[in-house]
Amino acid sequence: MKSFFISRLLQTIPTLLIIATLTFFMTRFAPGGPFDSEKAIPEEIKVNLESHFGLNLPLFDQYLLYMKNLLAGDLGPSFKYVGWDVSELIGVAFPVSLGLGVSALLIALFVGLPAGMVAALRKNTLWDYLPMGLAMVGICLPTFVLGPILIMIFSTKLNLLPALGWYSWSDLILPSLTLGLFYAAYIARLTRAGMLETLKQDYVRTARAKGASPSRVVIKHALRGGLLPVVTFLGPAFAGLVSGSFIIESIFFIPGLGKFFVTAAFNRDYTMVLGTVLFYATLIIALNLLVDFLQAWLDPKAREQR
Amino acid sequence: MYPFSCHVPYPVQFRNIKKSLIQSVKAALLLGVGILGHFLFSSCSAPSNVERAIDEQILHFGLGAEPQYLDPHLATSVAAHNILSALLEGLVSEDPKTLKPLPGVAESWVISEDKKTYIFQIRKEARWHNGDPVTANDFIYSYKRILNPNLGAQYASMLYVLKNAKIYHEGKKTWDEANVGVKALNTHSLQLTLENQTPYFLELLNHYSWFPVHQPTLEKFDAFARIGTKWTKPQNFIGNGPFQLSDHKINSVIEVKASKEYWDANRTKLSAIRFYPIETADTEERGFRTGFLHVTQTVSSDRIDFLKKKHPEWIHFEPYLGTYYYRFNLKAPPFDDLRVRKALSLSVNRKLLVEKVLKGGQLPAYCFTPPDTGGFTAKKGYGYDPEQAKVLLDSYLKEKGLQTLPPFELSYNTSEGHKKVAEALQAMWKKSLGVDIQLTNMEWKVFLSSITKGDYALARAGWIGDYVDANTFLHLWRTGEGNNLTGWSNQEYDRALNLAEQSLNPAERFIHFQNCEDLLAEEIPILPLYFYVQVSLRHPSVQGWYPTLLDHHPYKYVYLDNGVK
Amino acid sequence: MKSEQGSSLAKDAWMRLRSNRMALLSLFILGFILLFSFLGPELCHFQYDEQNLESQFLPPDKNHWFGTDNLGRDLFARTSFGGRISLAVGMLATLVSLVIGVTYGMISGYVGGKVDAFMMRFVDILYSLPFTIFVILLMVLFGRNFYLLFLAIGAVEWLTMARITRAQTLHLKGAEFIEAARALGFKDARILFHHILPNLLGPIIVYATLTVPAVMLLEAVLSFLGLGVQAPMASWGSLIKEGAEKMDVAPWLLIFPGFFFCLCLFCLNFIGDGLRDALDPKSSKD
Repeated sequence: MKSFFISRLLQTIPTLLIIATLTFFMTRFAPGGPFDSEKAIPEEIKVNLESHFGLNLPLFDQYLLYMKNLLAGDLGPSFKYVGWDVSELIGVAFPVSLGLGVSALLIALFVGLPAGMVAALRKNTLWDYLPMGLAMVGICLPTFVLGPILIMIFSTKLNLLPALGWYSWSDLILPSLTLGLFYAAYIARLTRAGMLETLKQDYVRTARAKGASPSRVVIKHALRGGLLPVVTFLGPAFAGLVSGSFIIESIFFIPGLGKFFVTAAFNRDYTMVLGTVLFYATLIIALNLLVDFLQAWLDPKAREQR
Repeated sequence: MYPFSCHVPYPVQFRNIKKSLIQSVKAALLLGVGILGHFLFSSCSAPSNVERAIDEQILHFGLGAEPQYLDPHLATSVAAHNILSALLEGLVSEDPKTLKPLPGVAESWVISEDKKTYIFQIRKEARWHNGDPVTANDFIYSYKRILNPNLGAQYASMLYVLKNAKIYHEGKKTWDEANVGVKALNTHSLQLTLENQTPYFLELLNHYSWFPVHQPTLEKFDAFARIGTKWTKPQNFIGNGPFQLSDHKINSVIEVKASKEYWDANRTKLSAIRFYPIETADTEERGFRTGFLHVTQTVSSDRIDFLKKKHPEWIHFEPYLGTYYYRFNLKAPPFDDLRVRKALSLSVNRKLLVEKVLKGGQLPAYCFTPPDTGGFTAKKGYGYDPEQAKVLLDSYLKEKGLQTLPPFELSYNTSEGHKKVAEALQAMWKKSLGVDIQLTNMEWKVFLSSITKGDYALARAGWIGDYVDANTFLHLWRTGEGNNLTGWSNQEYDRALNLAEQSLNPAERFIHFQNCEDLLAEEIPILPLYFYVQVSLRHPSVQGWYPTLLDHHPYKYVYLDNGVK
Repeated sequence: MKSEQGSSLAKDAWMRLRSNRMALLSLFILGFILLFSFLGPELCHFQYDEQNLESQFLPPDKNHWFGTDNLGRDLFARTSFGGRISLAVGMLATLVSLVIGVTYGMISGYVGGKVDAFMMRFVDILYSLPFTIFVILLMVLFGRNFYLLFLAIGAVEWLTMARITRAQTLHLKGAEFIEAARALGFKDARILFHHILPNLLGPIIVYATLTVPAVMLLEAVLSFLGLGVQAPMASWGSLIKEGAEKMDVAPWLLIFPGFFFCLCLFCLNFIGDGLRDALDPKSSKD
């Protein structure tokens, strides 16, 4: 297990370098630059402007310089938010997205897991149809529909919760509900499917035949195996959640990371694109590693196979 | 094939766990409701921003977008203006109703006989926010900075009215060699010499490119010729305006507080302004409705009718110095032919467009310069005559041996508003000319780069005036101007424009401007559609705020009060 | 043993699917939605892009069955026309991501070791690349081709599918019946597709039905970048997005496209469940 961990960590470094390289060249080949605007600027002014950020150097030199700084832990200055460093901006926005993402995930898990389990155990009864029906509604209501609906009910009509902003605890409720219910629906459906699949696997049946207590069967065997798809889904989903959601952030005016992911690309804020991509990549890789560990824990057999 | 199946029907054995599971689900739900309830009760008692504002005198302002720079010499956006005009003050200030120049940092000024030399008396009590006096040298330093070729300031050309400023900015000569027309007669008097007579010179001084910066601060951060230094952060920024920068959280808030050092601090009634860069119009509107904002930047056009009916006291329509138009690409068929351009122009029902599609009280544009720009109102040049349009198009088609016009693309950058206009025009042209037009929306930077490369047929554009004079619009179509991009060039136009720039007699200038407009309407390199209107929501408690052409609202006159109308 | 040969398995499955009432009903409704999308525009006496500026934001009535939008266009025509694009994109792109993701995940999980590590790091890389820039580059390289839409969507949607399949495969790899099959000397491909795949179907089908709405909404996002449908054409995704912005002004703009979107997803979900049960290797003897 230890060697597995070490080899995965070693794989991370080249993976991140490949991502950085690909992203660097992808952003540069996209049309337009960070200082293009509707009012045309004379070429010599543009050159001066770009030279402040080293954009006048040959592309490959820029790449080498970027990689050198990157290895020293410097993500460079943002081109869009002039006067701010990329790491400074990510550092401010990440805690916001982390808070929102974790509370959304908690909602998703607290709602989604029990609903999926109950539905699987009581397949084809009301306890199956009701939560699954609700889950389907959750999937049908994308965040850009659910968010405004919740605001209309709780803020505009009932005047109970703030419609936007990120100042007090009450600002957390509507956005994390909007985001969480959507993921809850996914988790519920995946849990049900995974549990149904394992409940009829031979080892579960064997355990039952051997006379293991029902709760032991459910918790030790069915749940463990049944959670596999959920856990796998949660890796990237969690990375997505804590790195912010552009839609939620624009609906609720939350200063999270999601906005940087989208607008950095639109603004051709090269360093910001790279910064956010590398940040996200690190998250994804770390979480997928965690997921693989969890899978091994949930599924001792697969562990032996490695 | 699938081995070892043993068939134990499981529901019987699982019943008791299910029960406990279901119970725990119920418990979790109750807990959730409890927590939610707690928040609900704790939050509903808090009064909203707007409710507290009259006591606090804090204006909550929808800014629209996060400004790229808070450096007046680098700024390029409306959002930046909204903030910089609170933080800094130029030689003159603006009348809140008419935007006519009033004394600012300069308490008075003298204009020479030939109208080319201005001597400003800087008031002794003018202070930077750290207490330093504002002097003539601060302005010289600032002008030198923005014109410094190494800075790469996009708005440096705003200062070209100064004698020899252009030569210096182009890097051909040093400041002293160029002998730029800027001179301190003593610490408190500044002499500016102009290249030509410039009737709108004093109005120009209210553009942020003319604002002063604090020399010691910029030197501390070595920001004279560098972009991206940290002098514009709240803890570093030193301004001279009615407000000082107190907080800046990206994508969240920019806060300014009333400054005690400001020479006219007694007039300032607001204690602070909080600017929120909310980019989505619908989010802004929800913020407004729940008492988070006093003023929004905009309103989605599809919601105007609804708001007009339900809350006429909130919605405001104010003329705005801008023109919405389409560019033709004259370098490629079919728009290299005047007849096609004219046919398209003649079959646009602009009145229908503004009344039924835009609905914000916009004015149909039958010329390029908005009405009453610095006193100039152009005559109606572009008309509406679908029958003549059909004749023109037919004559073109006949000559080319075509049945119909080959389909071409109308490009616009992605936005609901642009899409709606494009869809409406597409339908008009289909109906009156039988022309099929392909709409192509593009992401902003892709759009810009294809327009700049001339890789388009017909493209959406807009122009907002930088100062109140027709020149700010008409100079666009001069030969070789960077914003022209249509491939249109007309010597007569260039000549008329030069004459207008040099003449000081308004009536004479207007004749030259009219000549320019006539040429545009004759040759149709562009298709003006409508003149902008600023549609926004504003709370009735906002006082001292008047509609102005540039959407400037000098904050020292603004206050919050429920009492008066 | 004989009754479980390939051909009769499919027959059995179809028999079982037919006996599942919800699935059958859903199939009918889905058929109806397909008819609505492809014949609806013919039934309606308005064109999807026909504007009438005098009748903006009309609520549903005898003339305009679903009401009209901000340019006075008939929402019935627009919804049914939009269904073509959404259904085509939703189904095709999901199918593509299903095929790629499942094959990739099974191979990665089954082969294991270095190959697995390599394949999964490749997935990590693809997860991380900036999607907006990727789409913009696609358009720069290949022009505004409608089929790029499938490529762009396919490129992102198969990743999670591959990871889920891989995890399940790893899990199944150690099961007795797989070991038995291996001991019997079956070829890897046979074990993969005949033994492992059927046991993966549950989560795969569920995830596939979850992918359909994600794809339909992603299509609306891509049209923001200029890829896919161009105005005045519409898809359910773009109609719902516009409807959500105007829900207090003209709720029907959200309700009708939203209804078809939901109905379609519910049907797919029940069909998915039915299919899963029908194809379930275990239930054959139940």
